[in-house]
Amino acid sequence: MSISTIIRGDAERRQSRRAQKSRMKKVSRDEARERKRYRRMGFSNPANPSRSVLLTVLSALMAVYCLFPLVWLLINVTKTQGDFVTTFGLGFGSTFALFDNIARVFQYQDGIFFRWFVNTILYVVAGAGGATLLAILGGYGLSKFRFPGRKAVFAVVIGAISVPGIALAVPQFLLFAKLGLTNTPWSMIIPSLISPFGLYLMWIFSDQAVPDELLEAARMDGASEFRTFFTISLPLLAPGIVTTALFTIVATWNNYFLPLIMLKDSDWYPLTIGLNQWNKQASTAGGEAIQNLVVTGSLITIIPLILAFLLLQRYWQSGLAAGAVKE
Amino acid sequence: MKSLTKMIAGGLSAVMLFSAAACGGSSGEAADGSSGQKVTLNVWGWEPLLKDVADAFEKENPNITIKITNAGTATDQYTALNNAISAGSGAPDVAQVEYYATAQYALSDSLKDLSEFGAKDYSDFYTPGPWSSVNINDKIYGLPLDSGPMAMFYNKEIFDKAGVTSAPTTMEEYYEAAKKIHALGSDYYITADSGEPAPEELMIWAAGGTPFKVDGENLTINLTDDAGTQEFAKWWQKLVDEGLIDTKTKRWSDDWSRKLNEGNIASLTIGAWMASMLDDQAPDGSGKWRVANTPTFDTKATNGEDGGSTLAIMSSTDKAEAAWKFIDFAAHGKGVKIRVDKGQFPADKASLSDSSFLTKTDPYFGDQKYNEVLSKAADDVNTKWQFLPYDVYARSIFSDTAGQATLGKITFKEALKNWQDQLVEYGKQQGYKVNE
Amino acid sequence: MTEQHPENPRPRGEALTAEDTFVRKHRRNWRGWKFVGPFAVVFTFVFVVPICYALYISFFQKKMIGGEQYVGFDNYSRLFADEQFWSAVGRVTIFTCVQVPIMLALAALMALAIDSMKLHGTKFFRIATFLPYAVPAVVSTLMWGFIYGSKYGLVGSLNSVLGTAFDVLSPDTLLAAIGNIVTWEFVGYNMLIFYSSLSTIPHSLYEAAAIDGATEWQIVKKIKLPEMKGSLAITVIFSIIGSFQLFNEPSVLQSIVPGNAITTYFTPNMYAYNLSFMGGQSNYAAALAIVMAIITMAIAYIVQLNSMKEQMK
Repeated sequence: MSISTIIRGDAERRQSRRAQKSRMKKVSRDEARERKRYRRMGFSNPANPSRSVLLTVLSALMAVYCLFPLVWLLINVTKTQGDFVTTFGLGFGSTFALFDNIARVFQYQDGIFFRWFVNTILYVVAGAGGATLLAILGGYGLSKFRFPGRKAVFAVVIGAISVPGIALAVPQFLLFAKLGLTNTPWSMIIPSLISPFGLYLMWIFSDQAVPDELLEAARMDGASEFRTFFTISLPLLAPGIVTTALFTIVATWNNYFLPLIMLKDSDWYPLTIGLNQWNKQASTAGGEAIQNLVVTGSLITIIPLILAFLLLQRYWQSGLAAGAVKE
Repeated sequence: MKSLTKMIAGGLSAVMLFSAAACGGSSGEAADGSSGQKVTLNVWGWEPLLKDVADAFEKENPNITIKITNAGTATDQYTALNNAISAGSGAPDVAQVEYYATAQYALSDSLKDLSEFGAKDYSDFYTPGPWSSVNINDKIYGLPLDSGPMAMFYNKEIFDKAGVTSAPTTMEEYYEAAKKIHALGSDYYITADSGEPAPEELMIWAAGGTPFKVDGENLTINLTDDAGTQEFAKWWQKLVDEGLIDTKTKRWSDDWSRKLNEGNIASLTIGAWMASMLDDQAPDGSGKWRVANTPTFDTKATNGEDGGSTLAIMSSTDKAEAAWKFIDFAAHGKGVKIRVDKGQFPADKASLSDSSFLTKTDPYFGDQKYNEVLSKAADDVNTKWQFLPYDVYARSIFSDTAGQATLGKITFKEALKNWQDQLVEYGKQQGYKVNE
Repeated sequence: MTEQHPENPRPRGEALTAEDTFVRKHRRNWRGWKFVGPFAVVFTFVFVVPICYALYISFFQKKMIGGEQYVGFDNYSRLFADEQFWSAVGRVTIFTCVQVPIMLALAALMALAIDSMKLHGTKFFRIATFLPYAVPAVVSTLMWGFIYGSKYGLVGSLNSVLGTAFDVLSPDTLLAAIGNIVTWEFVGYNMLIFYSSLSTIPHSLYEAAAIDGATEWQIVKKIKLPEMKGSLAITVIFSIIGSFQLFNEPSVLQSIVPGNAITTYFTPNMYAYNLSFMGGQSNYAAALAIVMAIITMAIAYIVQLNSMKEQMK
């Protein structure tokens, strides 16, 4: 699985995906058969061990811990405002208002929720996309080149992110204000372009996934560094890129403090700030309590991330399965 | 390393260039909209009804467009406002500011003195509490939009069950009622207070306290000896010591509204605007709740204000004429009726004495003419009360200091002293002459 | 290899030293900046310039009366005598010492379990553990707030069943309650980092080990744990930085816990926020930020000195 696959034609992509799927199915069937065979023989293959019930149960405890609050969310999106404040949190309300809630979320205040949703997508595409790109280039550069100042980069990055973000917000805001960027999408996008963790991840991945010998061979053929990067390294880095993209997307999607400082116009709000504003409305004189919409909006906010994770995970997983990494 | 240094140097000089340009001057759109020139006013406010007012205003003033921005509620908006002020750009023309924050912005010259527009003539138009909050050192810094004279909202069903036949009018009666209500069960309380400025600071106001005095650069902060403050401390200490107040439930939290809904919190001393919000917080309380005046600490009827805000004009604006037209319309002209009709609690005398307002009933309050009570509450507000010129900060640290008393580890007297100490220190740091 | 670079003029045919191999492989020159440059430029703009500016303003004081003036190190000396600041530092230090090891241990165990391929439904567990990371802090706090409620929440239901009066949000247990939320939010994130480092181990290595008669535990100890060391370094550094900057969870929790439970100086970041945005003391807050950065860096450096060195080889 590589970037080139994604660029290829639609029909071809679908076909290859189907082929991939049936291949995966066959592999897992074979593996299951193999496990059975090995069990009979009393032998365990460490690359394909038999399943353990005890370990599954222990992990299930962890899964319950992780999913439990989300169950609360799923139950409460089905309640009306009245039921929300009066009925037991883990029980259903007297009416099933899920669809009504969803409709109202998108209608409330002239459908501003949809606007927030679009904004968030804009910030994610431009911000997280850009952050991933910068991290790929930077991480690759740090891994594959020895240049003056290289050692300083990591120290400076770690040092800079140790400065409490809250206190940086004021100088950051003043700087952006002087450039006339506050209250515009740029004030959200530009700071999102930096993902120190993404840089680190791409550095490590480049170390592991791109053999120096391969680059050396390409150089000997007279290819330029960028050509080498795009044709040889990038496909090898695909699994790392997807992982980095995943982290930057989540970070941008859930960013709270930055937009709180930078944006005032609710037309530019991302979902997190918009939801918080709705949540606070309950305690504002003249405001209407709409916690049911806050909860429903929260669920709608999480769903795209979960979908992105599930979809990206397939690339990520097949990338690993294809053995692109160190095998 | 050379290129990096160059890069940083380049970046820095670019920033400085930009900042110089930004300071150079803003585009002049000095017009009031009457000369036929189109003007757009930026208004920051969180009150939902401002939108209706703006629509009506635009119809009458086609040359003025109102752009309302909800920059966050209360302190969130102040953060944005402070940022814009310190950045020197991005501030609105008009801002909604709560009474307690008005002094802070007024004394730092961020707000325009409205005397030049004749705002002083409005002194009889508004009720005394709101007017005293915008009238600072004989200058007018905003027009009152709404108000929140405190009143006691109580759950009559629970009061009856506990054997409290009439709403307490004095603190003595309040204390007796608290005992009876707590006797209903260990999770029944007359009210909740987890060490927050509302209600505590406001109860000091209602008790007739005047702990803060502001005279230009001279401040007096006297929480330890002020009579009203100590009166509050005495009673509240007694109620907390005997476990008669729920000290664990935060205002506006989910638990809070559920406890109101089920009657575990049997009363609230809170701003009059709660009349339009209680049904959201406690839907099951319909028909059970009533309104009474805040119990007095001595026989004299005094009251405080909880919330309420003004519309103020930022001193940085170059559209002051148009801005005045708008706030005059919203807070003095037709806008008042638009908002009051939709449930906003008024800050002007005419609306408060209007018969349709006074006779309004609501099945939620058992068809009580609750506005009669609230109107009296507005008349009783102790107008000697003054806010500190840094009241936003003062309130933010209230729970750190004074609010610690409800935890029971220190007394109210000690806790208030801690608050005073920090306020005095802060005032001195900010260059004030502070007397204790 | 064709030599085209003036900074690397080595006549052919000479014996290669180790240093030469290194140079040959990595071409020590400026072209690496072509790749790192874009990141560095944006980073400079978003982080370095504001930090320099923060450093600059930390030497000034702004008063409501009297305006702005240069005060030298006054803000710093005031900070060192500020009890509230040090109590905040102490609180996050305790928090870090307890929460970070628990969270990382859970994450590592989960990563090992998933990587062992011994689970029924591996995919499900990987997603389930990671999901909380996708939930915004505002929403997570809303959910946990409900669970923690001592009257109407789940804790409340447990209390009425068990006849106890346990209150998770009381001042004594509040820090643990926050630690739980943070753990919940980030355990999957760290699990994924551990997991991705584990999945870089070639399966042939396990097969070889099994043929040599290694037990499961030996494989974990000898192959898997050493492989996780690298990612442990980075998770520790990022977790320490994260804990020292604790802000979102306690500040959102403020709206549901008793008003006096979470003070404005609960964590250094909250203190900076309140000073800056409520108190108009951006200069003092800037000094606080600089000092906190130095403390954080020092701790991260001490804890992970060796592993960082390894990465810089």
